[in-house]
Amino acid sequence: MDYFRAIYKADERSPRALRLTRRAIHLNPGNYTVWHFRRLVLEALNTDLDEELDFIQRIANSNSKNYQLWHHRRWVIERLGSNARAKELHLIKSILSLDVKNYHAWSHRQWVLQALGGWEDELDYCQQLLEQDIFNNSAWNQRYFVVTRSPFLGGLIAVRASEVRYSVEAIVANPNNECPWRYLRGLYKDDIESLVNDREISSVCLKPSQEFRDAVVALWTSDTHPLDADLATAICDILEHVDSLRASYWIWRKNKLPIAA
Amino acid sequence: MGELAVDKHVQYIVSIDKKKDSFESVVMDHLRMNGAYWGLTTLDLLGKLDSINAGEVVSWTMECQHESGGFSGNIGHDPHILYTLSAVQVLALFNKLDVLDIDKVATYIAGLQNEEGSFSGDMWGEVDTRFSYIAICCLSILRCLDKINVEKAVGYILSCKNLDGGFGCTPGGESHAGQIFCCVGALAITGSLHHVDKDLLGWWLCERQVKSGGLNGRPEKLPDVCYSWWVLSSLIMIDRVHWIDKEKLVKFILDCQDLENGGISDRPDDAVDVFHTYFGVAGLSLLEYPGLKAVDPAYALPVDVINRIFFGR
Repeated sequence: MDYFRAIYKADERSPRALRLTRRAIHLNPGNYTVWHFRRLVLEALNTDLDEELDFIQRIANSNSKNYQLWHHRRWVIERLGSNARAKELHLIKSILSLDVKNYHAWSHRQWVLQALGGWEDELDYCQQLLEQDIFNNSAWNQRYFVVTRSPFLGGLIAVRASEVRYSVEAIVANPNNECPWRYLRGLYKDDIESLVNDREISSVCLKPSQEFRDAVVALWTSDTHPLDADLATAICDILEHVDSLRASYWIWRKNKLPIAA
Repeated sequence: MGELAVDKHVQYIVSIDKKKDSFESVVMDHLRMNGAYWGLTTLDLLGKLDSINAGEVVSWTMECQHESGGFSGNIGHDPHILYTLSAVQVLALFNKLDVLDIDKVATYIAGLQNEEGSFSGDMWGEVDTRFSYIAICCLSILRCLDKINVEKAVGYILSCKNLDGGFGCTPGGESHAGQIFCCVGALAITGSLHHVDKDLLGWWLCERQVKSGGLNGRPEKLPDVCYSWWVLSSLIMIDRVHWIDKEKLVKFILDCQDLENGGISDRPDDAVDVFHTYFGVAGLSLLEYPGLKAVDPAYALPVDVINRIFFGR
């Protein structure tokens, strides 16, 4: 590190300086000053940036949550332009295959799509990830990103019907999955009235079956207090006990319910 | 329930300050300014800030300031908005903001605001709502928020609001408790909390509490003590902290202590570090654990320090 400090102070932008930054980064990839200096040297030497991508990838293998690394990668990609797109999207996929919720990887992926394109296969990619794990919140978030911003899908209104269908299927398969419930709200951008009036949603999610009612009743364990006749109130009462960490929330939620007719 | 091992934690922090050649110290060399903020704020919350030589810290801090007005993570490093906030916070703890050329610092930060209202971390241009919070928090402490375009700054933050009521690092980025703290904190400081759907966000935040009582940062992830700060302070700022079980969270944090060597880790039985020690103690302060100074949820500094800045003179 003393070598690095000497070169940095002298502002030497040589191949030797480049090698030194490489070593310093291997020792401590969090050292942001070394990354800065490396960029100055890379610029001065007009180095092959494809090789630089390979270098960063090797570091990323054991440091996939390092801010400096991802930002440096972005700097390199900006200079390479859309030729780098396919390779980049592929790399991010491989990082996500190891840690499918890596926040940096997802943030970088969104940046690449917006800066360089590559939207065509993104919805399929989200689909694949959700097939692997329907609870993956990052994949649901990306799905929303794609349907709202992709220049190839026609915008949210155009895809809404098919996306509603997809979400409802996910809810029916796993009603305890918070993601598709939230996704539905997003599809209607908080226009709750339209959401409730969407027959596809209301027929599945808003008309509880007798089977559902029976299941709810079975959760009530009190001998002293009868379960409330109104289903929504009953559910809040049950959750107040069963999800006791959030008891205050359920009490508030119950008070918010419209008075049953 | 266990107890907070105050003396052990004080010893731990004081020892890191001294051990400049330890592995942890070398690896953290470039972010020592952050480390100083975490360690010193913890000491102040524990009522033991006088365990450290203020004069030495203040001189070292000022040696980290660059021509541009920004501060670096340590001597010999480049300036960055991250370390600029920590430096200002450290000086505030010691009531030494008067050593600053405030205009110089404010100009550095204002220069990092981009056209659409976002902030870059430094001249290399990384954009993240963390930097929006830092800029707003720092300029507010220095009492010159008017140096930036606050309306645009708020506008950019709101463009990062998601369908679950939370916020991400950039528009479209997944909601994450750390980013939510930054956005909610920035909105609180600029008087813009009315833009937040408090019920919707409150629900997302209170769902972070898992069976052990700890808090995670996103759905389906493991609890971590640092979220005791980010989730908790966010809940307090939007008035929804009663939606979690505070007692269970206190117990989780206490279980993350290293009772022999001092310090707090991310979850029980892991290795400690000063980052998690700070967030654990600050979280306990927010939960009104006895014997701790009160901490401000938006500025992440002791309340008496904030009062001194805004009401004392």
